[in-house]
Amino acid sequence: MAKAILYDTTKCTACRACQVACKGWNELPAEVTTNRGTYENPADLSPTTWLKMKFREIEPGGKVRWLFTRRSCMHCTDAGCVKVCPSKALYHHELGFVAYNKDLCTGCGYCIEACPFDVPRSDRNLLTGIAKMDKCTLCTTPGLDRIAEGWEPACVKTCPTNALQYDDRDKLVAEGRKRVDSLRDAGWANANLYGENELGGLHVMYVLDDHPSVYELPVNPQISAATVAWQDAIQPLGWAVGGLTVLGLGLNYMVARANINREKEKKDVAGS
Amino acid sequence: MTNHWIDIRNSDCIMIIGSNAAENHPISFKWVTKAMEKGAKLISVDPRFTRTSSKADIYAPMRSGCDIAFIGGMINYILNDMERNPGNYNMEYVTQYTNAALIINSNFEFDDGLFGEVKDGKYTTDAKNTWKYGDTKTPAADPTLKDPNCVFQLMKKHFSRYDADTVCNITGTPKDTYLQVCQTYTATGQKGKAGTIMYAMGTTQHTYGTQNIRGYAILQLLLANMGVSGGGINALRGTSNVQGSTDMCLLAHILPGYLNVPMESDADLDTYIKRSGKNPDATITPQGLAGDKSSNWWGNSKKYVVSLLKAWYGDSAQTANDFGFHYLPKCDPAKNYTHIGMFEAMGEGKIKGLWCWGQNPAVGGPNSNGEREALGNLDWLVSADIWLNETAEFWNRPGADAASINTEVFVLPAACSYEKEGSISNSGRWAQWRYKAVNPPGVALPDLEIMNLVMLKIKELYQADSSAPGREAVTNLVWNYGDVNADMVAREVNGYDLTTGKLAASFGSLKDDGTTSSGNWLYCNQYTEEDGNKCARRGAVDAHPKEIGLYSNWSWCWPVNRRIIYNRASVNLDGVPWDSEHPVILDYDSEKKWQGDVPDGGWAPINQAKEGEKYLPFIMKPEGIARIWGYGRVDGPLPEVYEPWESPLDRNLMSGTKTNPCAFIGKYRNERSTPSEYPYVGTTYRCTEHWQTGIMTRNLPWLVELMPEMYVEMDEVLAAEKGITAGDKVVVYNARGEVNAVAVVTKRFQPLQVGGKTIHHIGVLNHWGYSGMSTGDSGNILTPHVGDANTTIPEYKTFLCNVRRA
Repeated sequence: MAKAILYDTTKCTACRACQVACKGWNELPAEVTTNRGTYENPADLSPTTWLKMKFREIEPGGKVRWLFTRRSCMHCTDAGCVKVCPSKALYHHELGFVAYNKDLCTGCGYCIEACPFDVPRSDRNLLTGIAKMDKCTLCTTPGLDRIAEGWEPACVKTCPTNALQYDDRDKLVAEGRKRVDSLRDAGWANANLYGENELGGLHVMYVLDDHPSVYELPVNPQISAATVAWQDAIQPLGWAVGGLTVLGLGLNYMVARANINREKEKKDVAGS
Repeated sequence: MTNHWIDIRNSDCIMIIGSNAAENHPISFKWVTKAMEKGAKLISVDPRFTRTSSKADIYAPMRSGCDIAFIGGMINYILNDMERNPGNYNMEYVTQYTNAALIINSNFEFDDGLFGEVKDGKYTTDAKNTWKYGDTKTPAADPTLKDPNCVFQLMKKHFSRYDADTVCNITGTPKDTYLQVCQTYTATGQKGKAGTIMYAMGTTQHTYGTQNIRGYAILQLLLANMGVSGGGINALRGTSNVQGSTDMCLLAHILPGYLNVPMESDADLDTYIKRSGKNPDATITPQGLAGDKSSNWWGNSKKYVVSLLKAWYGDSAQTANDFGFHYLPKCDPAKNYTHIGMFEAMGEGKIKGLWCWGQNPAVGGPNSNGEREALGNLDWLVSADIWLNETAEFWNRPGADAASINTEVFVLPAACSYEKEGSISNSGRWAQWRYKAVNPPGVALPDLEIMNLVMLKIKELYQADSSAPGREAVTNLVWNYGDVNADMVAREVNGYDLTTGKLAASFGSLKDDGTTSSGNWLYCNQYTEEDGNKCARRGAVDAHPKEIGLYSNWSWCWPVNRRIIYNRASVNLDGVPWDSEHPVILDYDSEKKWQGDVPDGGWAPINQAKEGEKYLPFIMKPEGIARIWGYGRVDGPLPEVYEPWESPLDRNLMSGTKTNPCAFIGKYRNERSTPSEYPYVGTTYRCTEHWQTGIMTRNLPWLVELMPEMYVEMDEVLAAEKGITAGDKVVVYNARGEVNAVAVVTKRFQPLQVGGKTIHHIGVLNHWGYSGMSTGDSGNILTPHVGDANTTIPEYKTFLCNVRRA
């Protein structure tokens, strides 16, 4: 029986207790931040920030709205990161989440490129030169596994308004649909349950009162053809085929370059 | 709170005004959300669009400091509508349970913003007498509400000036939004419907803060929302045990249990009881209402005072020595003992020592530059806190010359709440027992142990010095705790029957003859022979017949575990609940009495009782009914619009009286800002991520990560005018000082149109200081040393300022 988190944006007050609970439970250190003219901090997800709340001000029809969105792993059924992970560090948990065995991570960074939600983050250790990816494991990190204890994830546990719920995915789909219906009845014509069907069904679903784009969520997220090819065609052939090895290395190079460039861009933005 | 946190879920409409509950009381939104799931409407009234507003059905912007205009307009709306559509209101409640029908002194006059003659910042006694009932003992009532001198008609006349256009011109609220608020909230006036008001320091911290709350009280009484489930006036208390600290008297004007503080003129106990107004002679019995008996519960106050003196002085408190009444310190009526008054006196060098216990006035007090300087006039200062705070380090603050400050500072490291056992009283009056989780670090001690050690030493010193002034007050004080713990204090607070040595059952058993003791009559019943420490109860089943969320076996609440106070107003004259879905008390039976909550007096419904025993529902009032017309305040029987001490306007748009004539105006280093130099309305507030003066949160890396720096908020128009973009370093300044901060430029503040002017707000955070991990300027550098006419709470919420790029 698959489990999931249901995040109801209409009940979220962005108190960010979830953000702190995530760091607390997962023993993640605080980052040194600055106020950049917004409540939102840290500026981005990172190897030590697996969950952050986004704040967005919009003014449709001259009426101010302040929108809050959760940024963290969406735990896809059709998960690009799992498909491309060459070391099986990323894998599907029996309850459906994308779990992670950090010991197996080689730091290749394919998952970073393959994620349609731009979630995984990696840092290279300056002393050892070893890179490791990090992201939300839905509290299944070995040694810190709440799910194995039968508990809800730390973020859900701390949420004061029940904007976050953890339960059987089927139940939460029903609950989410009901909630969407009542929002539509209240006049939110574009209300929808995001993640019910996206990428084979997400294990973190959102109740939205408006179109996903208003919340800056990818509309109809897809895994790139290259990612699909990687897992479904190239990987099975294996490394025995020399030519493909070269191709693989070439791909590796390209992905790594792209990651490095993107990290540089991000640093530029953060520093501005 | 008249009600309690869980009860918010039973509301049909929640108005959050003067509070940013989602950000500053996040857990409250658990219950707000539950109410909204069932269809309740949420209204957010605030100068700034907050996280609370983001969840609201209606957001109404309002210029800071304009609550009385805003609420006064709603009252006007209701009074007019009530005459046109009485069927939409609970007229039985309004006429029988409030003083709407009572006849007021025919000499009452209101003219140009004043309720009679003011001399030296005070209304004259003659003026105040005209605010009273025509017959002060047995006032007449006109339940038809037609008499021109009845409260209803006087109020109608007063608030007729508060039409929507006038109101919106003052508050800056768009008129259509305003009318939507009036209509939506007023719908809770229907029988069986309930609206609640959640408020906090946005309401109280004004020179007319008490009258702001009076406005809410009038509104709630006209809509029959008091005493009912889902209704009430709900003060969201600021810090986790502030309710307990008020109950236990950590305020200058009261003894434990809201008993009046004695004054120098109180020659003896009886004089004090008589002057306090809390005595049987104060009983008022309205004539012509269905109810004919006022219980005037405060008439019992002598029993509570004598029991308190017995708890404090034991065998040294006897009939012969007036139960040790003369041991109590007495106040000088000419002095102001509140926070501002104390710092004014400190500034003048009249106070030599200060003990700050879990308090950090160098950041939390108004006019920080002045108060920090005043601390330098002390000979000694003690700071008991869990962190080294700005007050303890005031001599080492930026810009101070440490060598020229001679104050000796003692720091006592205290245990935090997880490191000690005891009770915490929440906003809903629930006293909940907590246990120690870990030992305090290093030499830190629980407050109780610090207090015990200090008091034992003081007693020893007084014992040794036969000439010490007031010696007996200390040497006769019972202090026999030995190895002190919270449990023995809880029992002492509850009190004893001294003839049997057994715990007192409830305040109903306390006596004025010295045979009972109680450290706080309101908490009598928290610890009984039958049930032990009731604060420690964890009964998670709601035993109320309609499961309205009382959870009466979870902890204990004052008074006598009554979860919703004034609950006898939740039933009609026949005892039938107005709201059958959420009744508070129900099913009266002469044998079994009431079911549900602990009733506010177990008497029969008015229509079933005998003549002379028809008890009126508001038992703490001398007249037994609620005061829409509240003549006990120093600044008038009804709220009236005044401008804040520092106003962006050159006049009051409602009258010729610009500011509250009775406000407390400090003199010590209290420069006043003018609108020509400082045209913007400053207001201070908090964010979710930090707590009060920040000393508990600015030292926690995860919270500092979220909100790392002092910031201010402003609208996009003002920012553009000043060339400020989001993230810029700016300086906010006024006549009292300047504050460096990061600018958050936001759509959530919008310029408001007020009296033909465009008004901009600047929101100033009040969490930062110079001590700890995350440091920054304190917002209170900008706030003035002026206070509310009744309470002297500082006007933190409205002042003038200007802004420039740093």
